[in-house]
Amino acid sequence: MSIQVHGVGLTHADGTRALSDVRLSIAQGERVALIGPSGAGKTSLLRLLATALRPSEGHLQLLGSDPWQLSARARQQLRRRIGLVHQQPPLPPRQRVVTAVSAGRLGQWSLPRALLNLLHPLDAAGVQAELARLDLADKLFARCDELSGGQLQRVGIARVLYQQPELLLADEPVSAMDPVLAGHTLGLLGEEAQRRGLTLIASLHAVDLALTHFPRVIGVREGRILFDRPAGEVSPAELEALYVNDQLPSREPPPSAAPLPVARC
Amino acid sequence: MRDPAALPRLLLTLLALALLWPGLSLSELNLGALFEPGNARTMGQFLGDFWPPAHEADFLALLWRATLETLAIATAGMTLALLLALPAGLLASRALSLSALYRGGRPAWWGALLRWPVRGLLIVLRSVPEIVWALLFVRAVGLGPTAGVLAIAITYAGMLGKVYAEIFESVDGGPARALLGAGASRLAAFCYGVLPNAAGEMLSYSVYRWECAIRASVVMGFVGAGGLGQQMDLSMRMFAGEEVAAMLLVFLVLVLLADQLSRLLRSRLT
Repeated sequence: MSIQVHGVGLTHADGTRALSDVRLSIAQGERVALIGPSGAGKTSLLRLLATALRPSEGHLQLLGSDPWQLSARARQQLRRRIGLVHQQPPLPPRQRVVTAVSAGRLGQWSLPRALLNLLHPLDAAGVQAELARLDLADKLFARCDELSGGQLQRVGIARVLYQQPELLLADEPVSAMDPVLAGHTLGLLGEEAQRRGLTLIASLHAVDLALTHFPRVIGVREGRILFDRPAGEVSPAELEALYVNDQLPSREPPPSAAPLPVARC
Repeated sequence: MRDPAALPRLLLTLLALALLWPGLSLSELNLGALFEPGNARTMGQFLGDFWPPAHEADFLALLWRATLETLAIATAGMTLALLLALPAGLLASRALSLSALYRGGRPAWWGALLRWPVRGLLIVLRSVPEIVWALLFVRAVGLGPTAGVLAIAITYAGMLGKVYAEIFESVDGGPARALLGAGASRLAAFCYGVLPNAAGEMLSYSVYRWECAIRASVVMGFVGAGGLGQQMDLSMRMFAGEEVAAMLLVFLVLVLLADQLSRLLRSRLT
């Protein structure tokens, strides 16, 4: 088993309850999409699985060990095997793309090698290969602040791919991309997961992307798992229950339900 | 709708005023003393000698040597200070705390316990003014630049270490946290996550401190630590206003150069 989560709950430092009684088990090589309304706890769950947050109750097993039973050093070693794609990639604006991507392997490199790589990129070809698959080959030596939001997101993905983790977690990895690019990128992540046999868990806003690119879909609402089933078995009623919002003021449906006329010529 | 920040802001303003007022009265500031006829005449005479500044060849040669010595004292002192300040800044900073990663940014108590002695050391180093260190070292190693270099190294290590630690904490911590979360060591996470964001500010502060070190080395010259200050002390004792003026002009040029250097380096880095 790649991931086992036993009755995990999470309360943030400010007292807000993020997750309650989450039970989950995901096998090595599975590809899973997390969907749910904003603020449902998708990011918290991913950060929990990335060992960036510690559960307030319950316990979890990641890649065969409980991260919170390990020593700090052993936990850092476990973290090398887990890659997290952040929704807003945390990249220093003045860093070059080649450095930002190669930082994915810092966990595996010795300090002298890391320092040398800072002065002169040691594996530009390897970085270039990851960028090329994300259609960013020409940005190798660009600075991060010269990139658009969508390009930056792909640099973040390239870094995690370059890290070669066994567990790949992605928090809204395509939120800043256009639909075509989003589809392509998710396809690439899925292919990569299958080829390397790694476990892929991605949270997504777009339900259709989740249903087409992932065999298994988990619906999260108010910090709890609402459903967890193969993509083909998710019913429209379940999706509606997942996203129903009592907080928004109710509004009359728009007068024309028909799709907007698109000018063709 | 009440602004929750209004009351704290008001209290802070009142507190600042309450602290500043006694300061002004305790320091017995009396601007009138400047304009009393006797005082004004003495100062006027001294200032009157300032023009033209001294420019005899042998004085200029002396001035050149003293300037180089001052620059050397400041630079050597800063270099020694950096050697101490960088590791101390890293140790004192919370920016690279592993335990803060999963505790919402608050490091665990054992980490804080380790950081406090380093902070304490930095406080001790910078709380004693460099002139006092210089007097101490002049006794220990004798008159000359060595005392100045050591005094600058010690005081400035305290200042640089404290400010570096604060710069590391003030830049966006996201990149370093992400790298630590992917298994990177703390030094690697620092070099790849913190340094790119902090380098500009560190550089401009260090160059400014270097400029301060030049001035400090001049002041320390008065107690016998070499350089321009020692020359100036001699010239002042002899009421040689034109020599003092020449030296002040050299200061002006040095500070101008430091300013330009800082600007140049910063424009290269940003």
